[in-house]
Amino acid sequence: MIEIENVSKHFVSRDRDRIAALSDVSLSIRRNEFVCLVGPSGCGKSTLLRLVGGLIPLSRGRVVIDGRPVREPRAETGIVFQTPTLLPWANVLDNVLFPLKMMKRLTPESPKRAMRLLELVGLAGFERKYPRELSGGMQMRVGICRALVHDPDILLMDEPFGALDALTREELTLELMRVWREQPKTVLFVTHSIPESVMLADRVVVLSPRPGRVAEVIPVSVPRPRQFGMEALDEFQRAAGRIRQLIFGAARGTLH
Amino acid sequence: MQPAGSVSSSSAPPAAPSTEARPLPAWIVEVVLPIATIAGLFLVWEAVCRAFAIPAYIIPAPSAIWTATTELPGNVAWHTLVTTKTVLLGFLVSVLVSLPLAVLLTSSPIVAAAIYPLLVLTQAIPKVALAPILVVVLGTSELPRVVVTFLVAFFPLVLSIASGLVSVPPELIELGRACRANKWTELTRIRLPYAVPFIFSGLKAAVALAVVGAVVAEFVNAEAGLGYLIQTSTAFFKVQLAWGALIILSVMGIVLFQIVVAVERVFFPWSPGIDKPAV
Repeated sequence: MIEIENVSKHFVSRDRDRIAALSDVSLSIRRNEFVCLVGPSGCGKSTLLRLVGGLIPLSRGRVVIDGRPVREPRAETGIVFQTPTLLPWANVLDNVLFPLKMMKRLTPESPKRAMRLLELVGLAGFERKYPRELSGGMQMRVGICRALVHDPDILLMDEPFGALDALTREELTLELMRVWREQPKTVLFVTHSIPESVMLADRVVVLSPRPGRVAEVIPVSVPRPRQFGMEALDEFQRAAGRIRQLIFGAARGTLH
Repeated sequence: MQPAGSVSSSSAPPAAPSTEARPLPAWIVEVVLPIATIAGLFLVWEAVCRAFAIPAYIIPAPSAIWTATTELPGNVAWHTLVTTKTVLLGFLVSVLVSLPLAVLLTSSPIVAAAIYPLLVLTQAIPKVALAPILVVVLGTSELPRVVVTFLVAFFPLVLSIASGLVSVPPELIELGRACRANKWTELTRIRLPYAVPFIFSGLKAAVALAVVGAVVAEFVNAEAGLGYLIQTSTAFFKVQLAWGALIILSVMGIVLFQIVVAVERVFFPWSPGIDKPAV
């Protein structure tokens, strides 16, 4: 469904240096597949996500979604950011409905759909609350509902649980898996956490340090439905071990 | 929140002394305390004037100011009304000019580089010096007074609106772009609402400065208004009346400021009120 073909991206810094963020990345993602992007800081994970989202122009190569090259943000893509970035002036329901309002696709059924999503993430009864009345985890749940409200076929998630405490993080990981089971989407999920990536993904894409390249794509054969406690499984350990080796092995290599 | 009655219990010391201070109810902190402070100040003022028999032409006692000011209530009210009109017109023009100007300033670095020096120039000109010149240019009407009021008041407003418009988190802008928003919807649906707390912080500064601007303008060119009243009454040694006008101006500043605060609380209850005093 998503074809990333020989994509490179460089930025021009303030002193006019060209900084390569991604170099010749190719990746093919199937419909309703859950793919995690893992790599050290600054390897261009978020950049790759934004390229797929059409939020920034690419320098070389192309991203093709359903046969169409991505040139601008696509209506059928939902995005979840590292921080919830809710609108402080709108209540929970209006925050969830925001993308529909912006795209002028609000229908009489939209609020019902938004309420169902809020129910799905355990926020029933909170629709009239304002963001500052919610905890960080609840705000992130609202952010996820907002990304799903227009029923996109692709969900891009940029370290969505990175700013949450460990317990909330596990809780939301389970919830995300439940949401994904009930409403299958093609998910591209950026994370720093190796266990999180193995827990969530069908395949984990490990990127090398700057400029980011695909170091290896690791299939995760841990059976679904997944839950915490499966970390002890051989399949889990093998995948996590291989990712760790790719990331830290490379780093050690540059030290000596 | 503690009930109001619990405060009086401090007269009976608790068995185990607590080091933790009890918070006072909000209405006492926000209403009673400020009024009590000001009332106390006037009492001390009155007492000092009487005790040391300070001559009225140096510092008149509050009671003397009250008598002089309420002698011709219609007259003082008329001057107050005239000044209020100038203040409000100048403030209105400031808002109408500042909003598009701030949008323009933040629209592109090139536009900002072109306009910003002009803005700084308007602030570098001493308004007191400019006022008589403006009278020559614009005539002895309300217009030069409104222009001076505007010039004094608008600058902090432009700056706070502009900083509000650019302080939107980049992810929110990306969200807008992901929802295929154009520049206009981005401005009206994301940037402007986000800037509301900043806009109100600017409005509070601007409304206080508008009072200053109106008085400056009246000093130079007016046949009415509180600024004019202060000038004429000091010229005739009616010092009590001048002090009365001064107090009315202060009250006007406070009332206008509180109206802005109230508008923010009523219409934008989600706004954190970024410049609340840290109590």
